[in-house]
Amino acid sequence: MAAEAKAPTRRVSSQRTPAELLRVIFLPLGQLLAFILGSAVVLGLIVVVLAFLLSRSDPKILQTALAILPQVIIDGIVRGFLFATIALGYTMVYGVLEFINFAHGEIFMVGGFVGAGVSYLLNQWGILANLPAILFVIIVVLIGMTVSGLLAMGTERIAYRPLRNAPRLVPLISAIGMSLVLQDTVRLVATNTPLGFNARFETPNFGKPFQLATIPLGERGIPVLIGPKAVVFIVAAMLMLLALNYLVNATRLGKAIRAVAQDRTTASLMGVNVNQIISLTFLIGGALGGAAGVLFGMNIGTVNPYMGFIPGLKAFTAAVLGGIGNITGAMVGGIVLGFLEAFVASYLSLFTGGAFSGASYADIAAFSILILILIFRPEGLLGESTTQKV
Amino acid sequence: MYYTSVAAPVSQFPDAATFASDYKAQYNADAPPFSPQAYDAAGICASAIAKAAETAGGKPTREQVLAAMAGIGAYKGITGTYDFNAKGDSKTATYYVLQANISDWNANTLSSKLEIAPPGEASSTTETPAADAVKIPAFLATLTSKVSGLNLGTIKIATQTPLSGPQAALGTGIRNGAELAIEQLNAALAGSNVTFELAPFDDQAKPEVGSANAKNIASDPDILCVDGHLNSGVALASLPDYSNANLAMVSPANTNPKITEGGFANAFRVVGRDDVQGAVGEQFARETLGVKSVYILHDKTDYGQGVAEFFRQNAEKNGLEVLGFEGTEEKSDFSSILTPIQAANPDLIYFGGLYDQAGPFFRQARDRGITAQFMGPDGMDSPELAKLAGDAVEGMYYTSVAAPVSQFPDAAQYATDYKAKYNGDAPPFSPQGYDSASFCVSAILQAAADAGGKPTREQVVTAMKALPLLGGITGNYQFNAKGDITKATYYVLQANTADWNANKLSSKLEIAPPQ
Repeated sequence: MAAEAKAPTRRVSSQRTPAELLRVIFLPLGQLLAFILGSAVVLGLIVVVLAFLLSRSDPKILQTALAILPQVIIDGIVRGFLFATIALGYTMVYGVLEFINFAHGEIFMVGGFVGAGVSYLLNQWGILANLPAILFVIIVVLIGMTVSGLLAMGTERIAYRPLRNAPRLVPLISAIGMSLVLQDTVRLVATNTPLGFNARFETPNFGKPFQLATIPLGERGIPVLIGPKAVVFIVAAMLMLLALNYLVNATRLGKAIRAVAQDRTTASLMGVNVNQIISLTFLIGGALGGAAGVLFGMNIGTVNPYMGFIPGLKAFTAAVLGGIGNITGAMVGGIVLGFLEAFVASYLSLFTGGAFSGASYADIAAFSILILILIFRPEGLLGESTTQKV
Repeated sequence: MYYTSVAAPVSQFPDAATFASDYKAQYNADAPPFSPQAYDAAGICASAIAKAAETAGGKPTREQVLAAMAGIGAYKGITGTYDFNAKGDSKTATYYVLQANISDWNANTLSSKLEIAPPGEASSTTETPAADAVKIPAFLATLTSKVSGLNLGTIKIATQTPLSGPQAALGTGIRNGAELAIEQLNAALAGSNVTFELAPFDDQAKPEVGSANAKNIASDPDILCVDGHLNSGVALASLPDYSNANLAMVSPANTNPKITEGGFANAFRVVGRDDVQGAVGEQFARETLGVKSVYILHDKTDYGQGVAEFFRQNAEKNGLEVLGFEGTEEKSDFSSILTPIQAANPDLIYFGGLYDQAGPFFRQARDRGITAQFMGPDGMDSPELAKLAGDAVEGMYYTSVAAPVSQFPDAAQYATDYKAKYNGDAPPFSPQGYDSASFCVSAILQAAADAGGKPTREQVVTAMKALPLLGGITGNYQFNAKGDITKATYYVLQANTADWNANKLSSKLEIAPPQ
């Protein structure tokens, strides 16, 4: 971690004081919030300036642009946390093995499907509607995390461990193959169950969206809304970040993980069971991906066997953007990517007078900006120029 | 006034089209009634003389010609097929009831058409089709005698539809429809030395998969006709391969105009077109729903974007304000698309695409508190939409080229058979899949009868174009020169989320394709 890297002289065996511990655990959250605020302000300012310049031809542009700005920021945060939670799994595995687990998007998808399946069963048994929302979230997330975590561990055991000493590209191919296998296995299973290919994610009633404000536009007001499920998503993602930071920086297991990340051979000479630690890394990363899948499926209401592919690709991008191998970086990268997409999708059409459809060009525009960022900061936003891993 | 006739106007004989134009070219006037019959009579004379000459080994005597005439067998002329009985009457003759049209005699309306054997013969054929269309099984029955002597063996008809993936529900329905058609027609053709076989392919709703399958289909010489696809984009990707192989494709569901406007001689469809469908939808939105503004979304495919563009063109022409026109491949999280819609506050959201994408979109829109009405094209037509979107789509309107099975009076038997065999209700487009396969069988048998043996793929395409107006289970169809049906039916339906098959028919229009 960044904090660790700057203090290489600290005695390793010493216990941290509680204040230090809190700092290590909560500093990444602070960094994250700073980035959210910063991205929102920077992008918001760009939008305001552009809208102001364009408003000379059509004054309605400025008005509309300002009216939807708060909602776009909220959309960006929700989308950002999606990429961020998936990116955590990529970055964990990369940190330990220097290997990109392309099947991680599918681990995410399996989490979503397990969640949909559990809620389907709860609905069949007739207890879904009366279940308190929070209890429901805890049940499906825990089950989703367990299944996805074990599945990730299983894929490592079957598809990656036998190839650990093979040339670097070989496990990469194996991961891509694993991704296809998982997609189509889930497709096969899902289409032969009542869930179907497009499975509905039933939930108890979470209540109406929270209306944060109403912004006047002409004669009517545009509400600024955030759904209760989206709030659950964001809170859960922040808790996951905190828990992961605690685990990696303040426990014996975390120390072992960091040791394996730094030097596998030496760690094994020091009595660390490397295979076990790698398995555990996959378990943790998979569980985080599974939780993200459950929360995402719940938020959008449907899941399908291919839903993991594109978010997985984007989360990988987010991990690289944040500095791959760095936990906070993955979160930050996800947030930045989510913001870019939300802003481009919502504003491109307005600013180009409908010539470019924002929704169509969101990916192109967002990735162009990403390339620009990486040209100037190839190590990623929070990456260290020296390889500093989990 | 009405009058009966034994000779309908030339236009009533599908095989006489060349005669009509040749006549006009040579004699500078329309062929009057009885002139095509004179053509056939001369043809029968010529073939009887030729046959007699062959038997006699030289110039035949008049008696020999007479003997040959009695034993000439079925002669296929331009006005019908003739076979003389002992008295010299044609074994079946066609009688017409016509209604006079004084401004254009050749446009006299055909009111009824009866095939009746002459008195004294066992009158076996006295069917009276409601319209002037021959039902496909009856049509095939007329061909069996001609093909029974030919050793046609096994002929395959391929289907290409998504059998897996998000649109498998509709794609499997089409395949099952084709399977049922082939099974039933095989039973009807039993004993005539030809067996049709289904070769189902899974295009996964992906253009690249469709094109790859098309190459496999083209390389199988037993496949003479394709029943497919579900998605226009996939059909357009596969058509060049079919076209190179001169393989006929009858589409049960593709509505993009480019299918038949793309210059492919081998493309046919039994459904309407999106340029008309977009216009029908726009007119319904403006006139019946009374909306003033619309926000249009599409899925960036040939089909979805195509129909959305036609909706937009008509909206702009007719003064329905278009507040936005966006395409997206997003299938799950629509929040950043919904924010501008919320600001635009349209009366109507039109989604050019398919149910698997539209379902989550519509529901997220309602969750956001967007109160606009929803509308879409025939891609909405699946119970999956109700499953994915729930209450959000209750009562929404959509246009379609394929109504629920219950809307087709002739498809009642099909619905029962389907349910018995596949243990579920026949989804939309599956009766069209049945009809497409039936048209394949009809054209192949017609081509076999014409060729006197196993036909080539070109001959099947030619036969398909020349098929008379035939009655399938979803309607009576005849193909025009482009491969469109001469008259297509468009429906506006209202969704019933509790029971998709009970969707209410709100309006039904019969429209000929644009020329």
